[in-house]
Amino acid sequence: MAFFLVQVIVGGLLLGAVYALFSSGLTLVWGMMNIVNFAHGDFVMLGMYAAFVVFSLFGVGPAAGAPFATLLLATVGVIVYFGLIRHIMEGPMLAQILGTFGLALLLRYSVFWWFGANFLSLPNNIVGGTYDIFGLRIEASRLLAGAVALLVTLGLHLLLTRTSLGSKMLAVAEDSTAAQLMGIRPDSMQAIAWAIAAGATGLAGALIATFFYIVPTVGETLGIVAFVTVSLGGFGSVPGALVAGLLIGVIESVSGYLIGAVYKDIVVYALFIFFLWFRPQGLMGKA
Amino acid sequence: MKFSNFLGLIGAAAILVGSASGTAAEDKVVKIGAVMPLSGGAASIGVHVKAAFDVVLDIVNNAHPELGNFPLAKSAGLAGLGGAKVEVLFADNQGSPATGQNQTLRLITEEKVVAITGAYQSGITLTSSAIAERYGIPYVNGESVAASLTERGFKWFFRTTPIASDFAKVFSDFLADMKAQGAKTDSIALVHDNTEYGTSVANTITATFKEKNLNIALDVAYGSNATDVQSQVLQLKERKPDVVIMISYTSDAILFAKTMQAQDYKPPILLADDAGYSDPDFIKAVGKISQGAFNRSSWSVGPSGSPSAIIADMYKKKSGVEMDDTVARQMTGLFVLLDAIDRAGSTEPAKIQAALKATDLKPDQLMIGYKGVKFDDKGQNILASGGIIQLQDGANYVSVWPKATADKAPVLPYKGW
Repeated sequence: MAFFLVQVIVGGLLLGAVYALFSSGLTLVWGMMNIVNFAHGDFVMLGMYAAFVVFSLFGVGPAAGAPFATLLLATVGVIVYFGLIRHIMEGPMLAQILGTFGLALLLRYSVFWWFGANFLSLPNNIVGGTYDIFGLRIEASRLLAGAVALLVTLGLHLLLTRTSLGSKMLAVAEDSTAAQLMGIRPDSMQAIAWAIAAGATGLAGALIATFFYIVPTVGETLGIVAFVTVSLGGFGSVPGALVAGLLIGVIESVSGYLIGAVYKDIVVYALFIFFLWFRPQGLMGKA
Repeated sequence: MKFSNFLGLIGAAAILVGSASGTAAEDKVVKIGAVMPLSGGAASIGVHVKAAFDVVLDIVNNAHPELGNFPLAKSAGLAGLGGAKVEVLFADNQGSPATGQNQTLRLITEEKVVAITGAYQSGITLTSSAIAERYGIPYVNGESVAASLTERGFKWFFRTTPIASDFAKVFSDFLADMKAQGAKTDSIALVHDNTEYGTSVANTITATFKEKNLNIALDVAYGSNATDVQSQVLQLKERKPDVVIMISYTSDAILFAKTMQAQDYKPPILLADDAGYSDPDFIKAVGKISQGAFNRSSWSVGPSGSPSAIIADMYKKKSGVEMDDTVARQMTGLFVLLDAIDRAGSTEPAKIQAALKATDLKPDQLMIGYKGVKFDDKGQNILASGGIIQLQDGANYVSVWPKATADKAPVLPYKGW
């Protein structure tokens, strides 16, 4: 019992790191321009398909698939910013919600049309199998995703707090007119923010594809978790998303194991709502 | 919604134009309606069934002497109606019971179909067949397993597939046989999602097993489309049941297979209830790490040169994927309906209904492993049956039980990877 519980917690931490990884892009976009990107889950899905295409064309795993997915999604992010976001930002809140929601459906059904509704999968053990440490089973693919999650979180945090690019981006987020008067171009900053956020999301997708199935609707399955992670961590806070992801992963796993899998979502969401009651801005969000 | 209606109209128009040009030379065309999921979550089923019904029409409308005495194959068209050709009009149920109902109404009142088949999801078969019942149009269902469908006192509804209780009996008989051969079956775990399918099949199995004194030691329910199933697999690993019965759709089935490998967990016997485990996608994605999984099926390809093998080949050429149990059951439903129309020698609903009631097909007249087709007063095929197949090499299922029709002996224990 005790031993299995340790395995459950370790598994929960790895799962949580993955949640954090694919939530960081969502929280970044929110922090930069107060836009909730409902197409976020489908960005993850595109990253997964990018990794799959790289594998089926060249037979290589995430070593090439992950950089490709990152670049591809960064490009998509810039296109989406100039083609859609810049325009709907001038409209009412509802237009923003419907705009990114429409984008989600467009991406989902384009992939559906091109790749079909079939479930795809990268070969098992594409990232070197499973480690057995004193009986604890740790999948290399999840460990890699977890490690990258920590690096991405750290990188984004340093970028925002320690670099002049980060300061400029935050300046635009706080007051774009004032930033403009200081010689910062809000458009470029926000396009860069979208490129970084979408790129991180594509990276997440490519890594998740190493242990998850790939299907056009997978963004729906994963998207909800991203929204919960981001609101628990505090919208706009990258370190918050990491802590929240880990928390949700562990609570989900432990409650699923101890009480039963059908009840785990009840536990997670009840705790989530209870927490927001006391701290509506999330763990590390701005009050 | 408006847009999809518009698309539906264009589709219907295309079908009408196609039928007008394709059959202008023939005197008589028998129109059958097919209500199927062509969009939505089950769209891949719709794609498969379209290819499958094309194969059925090819066999019926053209002469296929290579199929021997297989009904409707020898001559071109329906001999009972002077060689009339058959046409299937598809309607999209969009995965919604209300749409399925509307489309059935359209097929009957506007397209004037003489009979209907469909509608895959049990919940849609329920609403769509109610319309056919009201209009007095024969409805043959080949694939929906919810027991309630034939408990409504309908006069125009006929079902050829075995239902959940039949499968539960197949499972318990199979496990009894395995026990006789020395396998342990003392504790059984049920793993199922919380959809209508997962819960109703789990309940049926639980009830049947109780009667047979088989002990269900563990019931692992989970939410469908899970993001993670590690805790469920660890529950199984800790409790060590002798038999694990999996009732899951494709997405969760793939995730379970991957997680079982990651956690190095292999139940001695893994027995799946069709659904995800029969999906060609499942085999492609994780077949190699699910070697030795048992599954239920009424379909097996049979020796080469047999009608079932020839039909499977035609289907693979048409669709690009291997024939599976679901598609084979759907095709059988359509064959049974067309056989009845042929014997009726008429497209009058009452005569088709009478011919359906008189249906008495033998195993060698079917492309599937039923003991025959014969309907009871409720319209349920009393000779429907199934067997057990096993994914021995991780790439193709082979039939392993019952012994009389098996191609190979079952291999124990579950091998995994």
